[in-house]
Amino acid sequence: MVLPSLKLPELIQEIRGAKTQAQEREVIQKECAHIRAAFREGDAPQRHRQLAKLLYVHMLGYPAHFGQMECLKLIASPRFTDKRVGYLGAMLLLDERQDAHLLITNSIKNDLSQGTQPVQGLALCTLSTMGSAEMCRDLANEVERLLLRPSPYIRKKAVLAAVHMIRKVPELSDIFLPPCTQLLRERHHGILIGTITLITELCERSPAALPHFRQVVPQLVQILRILVMSGYSAEHSVAGISDPFLQVKILRLLRILGRNHEESSEAMNDMLAQVATNTDTSRNAGNAVLYETVLTIVDIPSASGLRVLAVNILGRFLLNSDKNIRYVALTSLLQLVQSDHSAVQRHRPTVVECLKDPDASLSRRALELSLALVNSSNIRSMTQELQGFLESCPADLRADCASGILLAAERFAPTKRWHIDTIMQVLTTAGAHVRDDAVANLTQLIGGAEELHAYSVCQLYNALAADISQQPLVQVAAWCIGEYGDLLLSGSCEEAEPLQVQEEEVLTLLEKVLQSHLSLPATRGYALTALMKLSTRIQGDNNRIRQIVSIYGSCLDIELQQRAVEYNALFRKYDHMRPAILEKMPLVEHGGPQDDEAGEGKEEPWNPNRESQSPTKTPTANLLDLLDLLNGASGDAQPPPALDLTPGGSLLHLLDLPSTTPSLAPIPGLKVFDREGLQINLSFVRPPEIPALLLITATASNTSKSDVTHFVCQAAVPKSFQLQLQIPSGDTVPAQGGPPITQVLRVLNPNKAPLRMRLKLTYNHFGQSVQEIFEVKDFPPDTWQ
Amino acid sequence: MIQAILVFNNHGKPRLVRFYQRFPEEIQQQIVRETFHLVLKRDDNICNFLEGGSLIGGSDYKLIYRHYATLYFVFCVDSSESELGILDLIQVFVETLDKCFENVCELDLIFHMDKVHYILQEVVMGGMVLETNMNEIVAQIEAQNKLEKSEGGLSAAPARAVSAVKNINLPEIPRNINIGDINIKVPNLSQFV
Repeated sequence: MVLPSLKLPELIQEIRGAKTQAQEREVIQKECAHIRAAFREGDAPQRHRQLAKLLYVHMLGYPAHFGQMECLKLIASPRFTDKRVGYLGAMLLLDERQDAHLLITNSIKNDLSQGTQPVQGLALCTLSTMGSAEMCRDLANEVERLLLRPSPYIRKKAVLAAVHMIRKVPELSDIFLPPCTQLLRERHHGILIGTITLITELCERSPAALPHFRQVVPQLVQILRILVMSGYSAEHSVAGISDPFLQVKILRLLRILGRNHEESSEAMNDMLAQVATNTDTSRNAGNAVLYETVLTIVDIPSASGLRVLAVNILGRFLLNSDKNIRYVALTSLLQLVQSDHSAVQRHRPTVVECLKDPDASLSRRALELSLALVNSSNIRSMTQELQGFLESCPADLRADCASGILLAAERFAPTKRWHIDTIMQVLTTAGAHVRDDAVANLTQLIGGAEELHAYSVCQLYNALAADISQQPLVQVAAWCIGEYGDLLLSGSCEEAEPLQVQEEEVLTLLEKVLQSHLSLPATRGYALTALMKLSTRIQGDNNRIRQIVSIYGSCLDIELQQRAVEYNALFRKYDHMRPAILEKMPLVEHGGPQDDEAGEGKEEPWNPNRESQSPTKTPTANLLDLLDLLNGASGDAQPPPALDLTPGGSLLHLLDLPSTTPSLAPIPGLKVFDREGLQINLSFVRPPEIPALLLITATASNTSKSDVTHFVCQAAVPKSFQLQLQIPSGDTVPAQGGPPITQVLRVLNPNKAPLRMRLKLTYNHFGQSVQEIFEVKDFPPDTWQ
Repeated sequence: MIQAILVFNNHGKPRLVRFYQRFPEEIQQQIVRETFHLVLKRDDNICNFLEGGSLIGGSDYKLIYRHYATLYFVFCVDSSESELGILDLIQVFVETLDKCFENVCELDLIFHMDKVHYILQEVVMGGMVLETNMNEIVAQIEAQNKLEKSEGGLSAAPARAVSAVKNINLPEIPRNINIGDINIKVPNLSQFV
């Protein structure tokens, strides 16, 4: 006995009447209970109504899996009404993952072979929607038979079902390939559309099918010709174009067949030109056909005149008032910009106009295309446009725009000053969205442009004074003020208006950055270090700076605290070393994308990789003495090249140059020391890629009867050279020809001055500690010329 | 290939949901909601193409939508379909609905959800375009409806059936119609008068 339940329209009414979600859920749950009961009872005539209700409920998002078996029963029923709902339920509720789906294979088979037309149609539809691989294999033969039936309704459905089956089971292509040529001769548009979809699928799946189908290119062209020339046909026309869907499909297939194939392209050239010129473009349908034609022309090896026509059509599309057309035009121009760059360049002004469009999809496309169109001749105007866009663009596009501008600036910057200006402007407008290495890039750029130091520091100071919230900008500004504070204070900038800045103002600004809650810890680090550097650059006394530094000695942030403590130590115990340590940094080689240290701890990235020897504090002090000796000998009074900025760290801070394998004519070696069996020999290599570099390998060998232990070799060179010592292979040379110690010294000699070197050796030999200092003067000329 | 066809109203309530690729139920509902939010943000005078949301498959998929009065028709397609062509296809679909329902409005879609599915099945099958000729589609649908009616199974359109029946001059209808070999028994319609 079936409980009285609602008819579908009544159910829908009730659901709509429910005022809240909870009420709706209640109604639906009650009804689902009825439906479940009805299914259990197995009431055949009403089953399809129950399932219809269930499907409605399913669409709203409620669980409906208990209806799956009912679908099977309904499909098996002989009534059309039942089958209709049953198949719909199968399509909506069943899928490959449930085992139940295989059970309908038999029903489908029966319906395909014996059913009436509508029933066959339903079966084919279900098969092509949810048919799994096993089902497809089982039913392939049935579908193939149906391809040859007289009714166009069934054939068109069978063709599309075949497409689905090929997607699921690629081996079935063999069955469905032969009928295609036959089917192309049909007049019925539905069959034609299906066939062309089938052929397209076959061609895309296996390149082997391409030669087979290239033979039908003339046929396709013929069909297209009929469509285009036939004039108005009431049946298939959409807005005056006869069957634009079929035209578009044919054009797409021609594209696939003609790609990389001269012969086929020749056959279609005329037709493409005709379509391109004759299609009425006042409505969307015409534009769809024209657009497809353009894509095809561009993809196949076509005549150059035709290509120019295609690009011009795209340009015309860009001016169309219909946004959709502009969107597709921008998309295809983006694909074209690689192959036909100059043709697309002609439309650059229009593309830039599209940037200003309020439509987000359009402006995104326009941005990508604009970035692709930037080259060295239009860099200035394009950057201006892009920066204008950056100010007003929506947030999700900002990061892309900012990094795009920076990349373009890097590739095409006409002058360094322009480059610096551009980066600064980007940082001011969209600082929060730039990539992390922008800071590193900018500092490196500024550092390299000596003549612009004064200019940059003035600009940055102004920018910082205006706004301290943009973190990357603040970091760069702090670094610059620290480095070039003296230039800022002297006001000696010719390129911009002269700026009179007082020391107190600068210190106040840096303090503000330090204290602001907007500053990230990294930014604070930059500011603190900048303050320290200023202590050597300013004329006034350092009390204020010392105060600040000592306050931060008890800061909660560990990094800041460590810095502050170290700087404090610099003020107190090592005041004599302060100027040397805080001197200006030399330029660092741009490591490129391999440099993954940026942002935090920016002092460290300036260091080369730590191949340099890292002795403790005292050897550093001693080395300074050594250098003083050397420089004293040559009469210079300047301090040595800048040391590493973190005291207590490593050795001389130098350019890091890649190790290269020697490949030159050998330079004669040099014996520089010989005492009691210990010999030091120097061998030289000049790598050809870097003319100023000299690699010296110092070999310490021992022919005496006693070991040499605790061997340390230090070297110093005059001021115009740069020296780097690498880690020695050991510190012991065993007696009587044991394996020697080798150490590599790298000398950079950009001025090609005669090389001189002072060496200091300390070691234990024969139970005594020995220290030797000597100078080496007579290096072979090849080493320094 | 068309991944999904969604029709929902201005408040996000789904009126037609058809997926041509398998997603679990919760994901389906999520997709509907996400699509609704994406489409709602769009002004009326900007282009009808949207890059797809994250759930429905990634960068190859686009949402192509049209807004008719209170309903959004959204087709989610991949790159093998022509975007402008799909816009036309939506138009054809809506015009077909109009022909089948006579001045279709949202209520028709609500109360005849299954019928709309059947019509859609004649236009798009398995994610591929089947037929675009409106007359053919409408002819097929009418043939199927006739078949259903003749079996005596009244589908969810009693209101129209009632009004149609009311117009028939009942006493003149014979109880049995004999056309050659076909014997159709006319059901007793008196209860609807």
